[in-house]
Amino acid sequence: MEDAEDERSSLAWFLKGARGIFSLPAVILMLSFVGFCALTVQAGIPPEQVVFMTGAVWALPAKVILVSSILGGASLATAFLAVTLSSVRLMPMVAALVPELRGPKTPTWLLLVLSHFIAITAWVFAMERVHDVPRNHRATFFAGFGITLVAANMLVVGVVYHLVAEFPPLVAGCLFFLTPVYFLASIWHSARHPVIYVALATGLVAGPLCYWLAPEFDILLAGVGGGTVAWFGERLWRLRREARK
Amino acid sequence: MSWMEGWWAYVFIAVAGWLATDIWRWLGVIAGNRLREDSEALNWVRAVATALVAAVIAKLILYPTGVLAQSPLWLRMAAVILGAFGFFLGRQKPAAGIATAIAVLAAGLWWLGF
Repeated sequence: MEDAEDERSSLAWFLKGARGIFSLPAVILMLSFVGFCALTVQAGIPPEQVVFMTGAVWALPAKVILVSSILGGASLATAFLAVTLSSVRLMPMVAALVPELRGPKTPTWLLLVLSHFIAITAWVFAMERVHDVPRNHRATFFAGFGITLVAANMLVVGVVYHLVAEFPPLVAGCLFFLTPVYFLASIWHSARHPVIYVALATGLVAGPLCYWLAPEFDILLAGVGGGTVAWFGERLWRLRREARK
Repeated sequence: MSWMEGWWAYVFIAVAGWLATDIWRWLGVIAGNRLREDSEALNWVRAVATALVAAVIAKLILYPTGVLAQSPLWLRMAAVILGAFGFFLGRQKPAAGIATAIAVLAAGLWWLGF
């Protein structure tokens, strides 16, 4: 049985990964991209730039921050800093997934290339399903899913761009709302450490608070400030609980 | 609010978007196995990263652009809170929370005559 599975060609595993485009997380992500597309139409970004952005900046929160930084008149350096700081979470995500994807013969350059396709949706998908794939086919399986997901969303954005303006306001509003709601649900759902829940709560409070205090640096301030408070609080609680044992 | 034009837009997106995100992915690959999953530094990084995304989420809900900018705040808050109920009652399945929140928002927008 194990041998028969192993003999499936790489193409078959690539296609098996690609079929993940019909999974619930992939469908929700595509709907979120329709919502993001509506945001870019309202921001006045030309369609070819939106398609480029979809493929190049493969992280929806980073794209939203990039768009709002530019609309706020940020310089290249400021926008770079805001997006860089908002994308720190990609490092532990990738670092946690790489040992799962890596086979005995997987070259590092391939992992560097494939890492571009790791964002919340692909990460959750891979963490859940990669265990059923033989180790030497895991990178291929993930490539199939990741590349299909990015290509499909570039296509969705390109096609939907011209339709989105025609949407009734009720539909456009609901699609726009998918993004924050989807982020909330998927972060909570995929959290594996208690500090994530605390940080999610402090970030939700610190975001508007910092916007009110210092609108230019709100996201950075809320992230570093709220995150540090969350980390410190969770650590204190953890140490106390351990001391009581 | 004016958007950039020509090649500068692509340079801007490539540097402030592409490079700014993929740097962390490359570091993540390099860290790979060597990164200690239980280190306190990584815990702090996780907390800051999550709080950052949460701040973005809060802004999208409280200060939306486009159609939703004309919707009342109480409706958006109700959608999120009832969505959270749906999420936890539905065994923390993202689809349950998302469907509830969107259904509440859609019903509210329809009732308000959107």
